[in-house]
Amino acid sequence: MNIYVLVKRTFDTEEKIVVSGGKIQEDGAEFIINPYDEYAIEEAIQVRDAQGGEVTVLTMGGEDAEKQLRTALAMGADKAVLINIEDDVEELDQFTAAHIISEYLKDKNADLILAGNVAIDGGSGQVGPRVAESLGINYVTTITNLEINGTTVTIKRDVEGDTEVLETSLPLLVTAQQGLNEPRYPSLPGIMKAKKKPLEEVELDDLDIDEDDVEAKTETIEIYLPPKKEAGKVLEGELADQVKELVHLLHSEAKVV
Amino acid sequence: MSKKVLVLGEAREGALRNVSYEAIAAAKQISSGGEVVSVLLGDSVGELATELGKYGADRVITVEHPHLKQYTSDGYGQALLAVIEQENPEAIVFGHTALGKDLSPKIASKLQIGLVSDVTSIEGEGDAAVYIRPIYSGKAFEKVKVKDGIEFITIRPNNIAPLAKDDSKSADVSSMSVDITNLRTIIKEVVRKSTEGVDLSEAKVVIAGGRGVKSEEGFAPLKELADVLGGAVGASRGACDADYCDYSLQIGQTGKVVTPDLYIAAGISGAIQHLAGMSNSKIIVAINKDPEANIFKVADYGIVGDLFEVIPMLTEEFKKLKVNA
Repeated sequence: MNIYVLVKRTFDTEEKIVVSGGKIQEDGAEFIINPYDEYAIEEAIQVRDAQGGEVTVLTMGGEDAEKQLRTALAMGADKAVLINIEDDVEELDQFTAAHIISEYLKDKNADLILAGNVAIDGGSGQVGPRVAESLGINYVTTITNLEINGTTVTIKRDVEGDTEVLETSLPLLVTAQQGLNEPRYPSLPGIMKAKKKPLEEVELDDLDIDEDDVEAKTETIEIYLPPKKEAGKVLEGELADQVKELVHLLHSEAKVV
Repeated sequence: MSKKVLVLGEAREGALRNVSYEAIAAAKQISSGGEVVSVLLGDSVGELATELGKYGADRVITVEHPHLKQYTSDGYGQALLAVIEQENPEAIVFGHTALGKDLSPKIASKLQIGLVSDVTSIEGEGDAAVYIRPIYSGKAFEKVKVKDGIEFITIRPNNIAPLAKDDSKSADVSSMSVDITNLRTIIKEVVRKSTEGVDLSEAKVVIAGGRGVKSEEGFAPLKELADVLGGAVGASRGACDADYCDYSLQIGQTGKVVTPDLYIAAGISGAIQHLAGMSNSKIIVAINKDPEANIFKVADYGIVGDLFEVIPMLTEEFKKLKVNA
């Protein structure tokens, strides 16, 4: 089976966000594989181990993203692709990203493409389904279970807490929800092997894409931090009185109940 | 310039979801005096159409088909694209719900347009509309403009207030027939796990438990309080990882993002990943034994104490309040 995983390099979940000059400061920040993409990588490895085939992890970004690709290779992916847009694309949105990724994938005959259901930085959750639509294949989002039998695929997906059980077929794109699996940590031998696994780098020219064709449809005009919350009121006194006071405050001051 | 705006109405178990009305309010603002057209898709949705008019829709288009009984991106996609082709809207608004998140990228891709997801507020009207959305799980916000093409947004439930219901208003309702074929996904079964009706992402009150809840049974007092307040129960990752509850309840950076009017965090220490999922709530109450717990830093009100003492007392007090109200 020919399996692709779409991976995004994101800020570590522990990172504090600092805005300066209208941009999120990246200097000194730790970067990780988007947590939802880790589920996608793990699932891809499990499917390959059960069904045979090859797992290719793909990301779009700059040279820095090589580190996350190597981590995915260390987890067990077979090959990696970096679509390097550093020099070509200044402003990108989900349209841009999906267009470029689809152009790369269109002649790769992927049977299964996996991605995280959302990236924890931009948080739009668009790129996976957009890529599937561009490639003309079906997609299922927020999956928590995947079973493949020949070309028949049985999926459980999370729908706002409910579980939907559905059937579809390959080729298919799925996006991973938490609960799909427990992503493995790269093992030491895995890390050693990853250094020798193939990592292909391509640019827009290699994909015959003109920068103008992928010009973003939307534009971020400002980035700002939410207003700092003032320290709240920690109640004092007898517990029973505190509870009474809290109910009173919620009712009369905050007016939320 | 005024705009014609298409809004997707969303029904659940035979009733319209609140986000349908919120989307109309958003559409009104974007339309700047233009027409707001609500679309309802399903196997039998005609009866719900009149309600949308009372909340501000000028027109309602229903598409009814047996294949639309359950949501699939293929079925809903075909129906909606047919409506878009007929109506030629200049803007489109969906709820940022499970359905909206799944369907909107398909439509945007098909139309080769931008899509601003998870909008929590809108500044300006018409051509000047600017969309505000959280990024980095609410640790920052961005203002986004659509450069060209249809303005397509999804709005986060519970953030944009619906217009006041006006019973004297009504919308013109028409039905459209669309041929729906070649569904590539077949829904076999829907297992309802979410408890009695109140959806976590739409709830006005959320009572969330963390590791301090200590067991599955420990969630019972939280559930009782949630019932009294008409709210939903949520959880931190710690509580989910410890198997005290289902992952569907998880609030945080991975998990759900909620913005209720009242968020009560019980036995939650307040890891940065958890805060990402709830820090934009209107009022936050922290109940924790540890006075140093991080959660107190974001809380509006805090009680240092054992949640198993405090929560039942709160439940009783709120019951009294309801009786006296």
